[in-house]
Amino acid sequence: MLAQDITVSTPEVEWFHLSPIIALVGGALFLLVVGALTPRWPRGLYAFVAAATVGTAGGLAMALWDDVTDQGTGTLLAGALAFDTFSQFLTITICAATLLVVLVTDDELRRTGRDGPEVYALMIVAATGGVVMAAANDLIVLFLGLETLSLALYVLAASDRDRTTSQEAGIKYFVLGGFASAFFLYGIALVYGGTGSTNIGDIIGSFQGSVLVDGNDSLVLAGIALLVVGLGFKVAAVPFHVWTPDVYQGAPTNVTAFMASVGKAAAFAAMLRVLVVALPFHRDDWRPVIWVLALLSLVIGSALAIVQTDVKRMLAYSSISHAGFILVGVEAAGHRAGEVGDLGDGMPSVVTYLLLYAVLTVGSFAVVALVGRNAGGDTSLDAFRGLAQRRPALALGLTVFLLAQAGVPFTSGFVAKWGVIQAAVEEESYAIAIIAMVAAVIAAFLYLRIMVSTWLEPSAEAAEQEAVPLSTGLAVLSAAVFTLFVGIWPGWLLDAADTVTQYAR
Amino acid sequence: MTSLLAAETSASLGFPILSMLIIVPAVGALIVALLSRRRPEEMKLVATIASVATGAMTVWLTVEFDVGDAGFQFVSQHPWIERWGIGWHLGVDGISLFLVLLTGILFPLAIVGIDPHNDDPARNKPYFAWLLILEAGIMGSFVSLDLFLFFVFFEVVLVPMYFLIGGWGYEGRVHAATKFFLYTMIGSAFMLVSIMATVFIASRNGVGSVTFDLVEIAENANFAASTGRWLFFGFAVAFAVKVPVFPLHTWLPDAHTQAPTAGSVVLAGVMLKLGTYGLLRFGLYLFPEAAHWSRALWLTLAVVGITYGAIVATMQKDLKRLVAYSSVAHLGFIVLGTFAFTGQAITGSVMQMVNHGVSTGALFLLVGMIYERRHTRQISELKGIQSVAPIFAAAFMIVMLSSIGVPGLNGFVGEYLILIGAFLSARWWVVVAATGVILAALYLLWAYQRVFHGEPDEENRTFAELKLREAAVLLPFIGVIVFTGVYPKPMLERIEPAVEQLVAHVEEKAGFTAAEPGSPDPIPAEHADDEADHEEGDD
Repeated sequence: MLAQDITVSTPEVEWFHLSPIIALVGGALFLLVVGALTPRWPRGLYAFVAAATVGTAGGLAMALWDDVTDQGTGTLLAGALAFDTFSQFLTITICAATLLVVLVTDDELRRTGRDGPEVYALMIVAATGGVVMAAANDLIVLFLGLETLSLALYVLAASDRDRTTSQEAGIKYFVLGGFASAFFLYGIALVYGGTGSTNIGDIIGSFQGSVLVDGNDSLVLAGIALLVVGLGFKVAAVPFHVWTPDVYQGAPTNVTAFMASVGKAAAFAAMLRVLVVALPFHRDDWRPVIWVLALLSLVIGSALAIVQTDVKRMLAYSSISHAGFILVGVEAAGHRAGEVGDLGDGMPSVVTYLLLYAVLTVGSFAVVALVGRNAGGDTSLDAFRGLAQRRPALALGLTVFLLAQAGVPFTSGFVAKWGVIQAAVEEESYAIAIIAMVAAVIAAFLYLRIMVSTWLEPSAEAAEQEAVPLSTGLAVLSAAVFTLFVGIWPGWLLDAADTVTQYAR
Repeated sequence: MTSLLAAETSASLGFPILSMLIIVPAVGALIVALLSRRRPEEMKLVATIASVATGAMTVWLTVEFDVGDAGFQFVSQHPWIERWGIGWHLGVDGISLFLVLLTGILFPLAIVGIDPHNDDPARNKPYFAWLLILEAGIMGSFVSLDLFLFFVFFEVVLVPMYFLIGGWGYEGRVHAATKFFLYTMIGSAFMLVSIMATVFIASRNGVGSVTFDLVEIAENANFAASTGRWLFFGFAVAFAVKVPVFPLHTWLPDAHTQAPTAGSVVLAGVMLKLGTYGLLRFGLYLFPEAAHWSRALWLTLAVVGITYGAIVATMQKDLKRLVAYSSVAHLGFIVLGTFAFTGQAITGSVMQMVNHGVSTGALFLLVGMIYERRHTRQISELKGIQSVAPIFAAAFMIVMLSSIGVPGLNGFVGEYLILIGAFLSARWWVVVAATGVILAALYLLWAYQRVFHGEPDEENRTFAELKLREAAVLLPFIGVIVFTGVYPKPMLERIEPAVEQLVAHVEEKAGFTAAEPGSPDPIPAEHADDEADHEEGDD
């Protein structure tokens, strides 16, 4: 009897606004299902389908950008996802990085005889997870995105079945990552306990609507602590970084590029959503924690980077140092989080940094992949000796990326670093700004070491010229052009990034 | 005091000459990079054309420069990154004019006159490309009137210099290049934060909007004393490393000694001036109060640098290292003049920047020629060169005397102005600094005696005389040395108005009177004025 009266209210589905996610999921499913049912596709076709998928998703996100700026922000699926320029910006970032990684992956897989749809499907699934994290307006949805990304990454890290180091990297990442996910989930539970909702809009509402009578908000504070641990692990901030060097070194280089770009972008997007968007009322509680994480990541990441001898490991530690830089931007965003009006440059500087760093790091790892493959899997500094004699164009590309990572002017890295430092100085966080710049100098020594090897040291007698396949060459070229282009004309990107402070919730 | 803003629009050629000074070498570098690796001689040709064209433009600029005008001339101003209030704002005044000219003249000479010691001619390509990028960066630093733009060029300069030292230097080159890069970058780290803080604090105190425009900030911002001092400190660290001021000088002997000859010439000739120029343009101009407040420290460090550099130079066994330490001493004089806060001393400092560039640049060139002939720089292994190569020895002698500061040559004019000007306001520091002049004579003459006098031994008997091309490269240096020494008026009359205006700006903002020195033994104001007038008459 009762059953007839109940009308299940389903939320309205804004199909077009969800189209980037749908495109990604559709592409992944197509690759998996059709790829499994048909005989081996012609060479390069798997990669082409994957590239077309992420390209379409990125293009749709760009098309949606105007919708947001014209019609304003909102939420989708009954408040589960946010529809704002922040989510679109990160979607474009993730899709662009995935596209570059796919170009690098194509050649990597075919040379090792592992060509097939699975790796591409996993990458697209991981990218979908990242996009959901960036757009999540509900902590549970955010957790779903996080797990989608992470599980795909665990498998990807172990995807080189012929190398035990890859398996080892996968296991390490899985065990520690699972641990961190547990922290994160527990944090969500405690915040739910403290605020009565997992929806970000409702969490804000609960703070606005209630007055803290007895001064006891320990549930929320404990929740924030656990959330920061989980997020700190995902962004690889010191002291939650220990997995990074091993996993980055062990995983296939194309997967390392993916983790360093997409993984990092999605994790920082989640961090901004959770801390700045959902929990601005506790900004004075979490901001000092971020400050310390930034300090440790900057100093320890840079200092440990310069004593490494393996280039992949160097770039892993440098990614920790970059995480520290981005945390400086998060800290700056924390000063005026949740206020009305001018929110400062913290959030725009973070998303700009994420996009620029994603492109840079994929470009760097693409060169590392080519050199490493030529040297039989050796990615030590010695393998790079004399690269400029063997492959001047490749060495030049690598130099552009390394100079950009060091933050030299007329490269995108300078714009990125300038942005976060400016945001920090604007909020009068002088100490962390100076520490960040000094750490950048320490890190510059690392990039110089690699450049010295490539340009100034003679090639080993037996070293052969690296083969540069078309797709990887294209990835390196486009990343390098982008790096220089943004370094010289950053205005358009900064204007676009500036709108992300108008986030939905 | 006339506003600098009002004076800005005066001289103009209807041609963006300052932008071209940056663009021409940069485009030259690009063309060199695109040329085929198999044609090394074409690369040198392109580099020569680009640098000569740039040099010709700087000469034209100097001719067209409006002598009586103290403000910025040939201004070119376009918005660049509007979101951050950053503009492409260039201009020259009397302070930067001769540094631009020096850059424009040194580079063609370094490119035409000095061949890189390459085993592989294909390596000419990066060599010339890096040199041209270096020229673009240095030009940009000297003409930028936007804090962001200045920082960008200031940083850009590091990369080519790093590769030039690291790629074409001597035995310990990689170590020296890395040390140079890291030292300078540490300084820049402080400056970057300081620049941003300056911009934001200025936007809330007087300027009204976020802008990186140097002139707007300097004219309108009102920093609280303590804020200004912190901001000044950030800038000062970067410039003090670049100058280098004692005790931050340790990168310099290494970098100079290990750099290829062209690198040493450029490094000593113009790059070190980025530091002293920065102190004037961004230190004194932006933070007059802080600069004046900290003057005792600067004067002391300058005097320590003068005596320490001279004493250490005396003991060097390596000729190039000797010249490098003499740079530490000479730049001490420039810092001394800068922080004396009198018109004369600062004019002398600006002159001395150019003079040191000419004479030390020429000294490095000569030492490079010695190394090419003998493959050693050790003073003990050289002997009696004067008897086998008298013209070479004569050229060395003239350049060396200019470096010592002998009257009638250019070094004298600058050093004398600094000492006279600083004597008004910093008497006891000058008393100590004057010993540096004597020590300079000591170490240079002693080195000359050991290298050129006596009977040449077996190895030095075949020392080749100056070749025609080498003479052609040295001639402009010697010409400038003698001309400026005998007739400094054309330089002084262009430098002085800008310096006087800077001093007036500092007086107004810092609230002191330059003619009334506050330390350590005050001279009555009218007396100081008399002496100043008297000196001007003499020049």
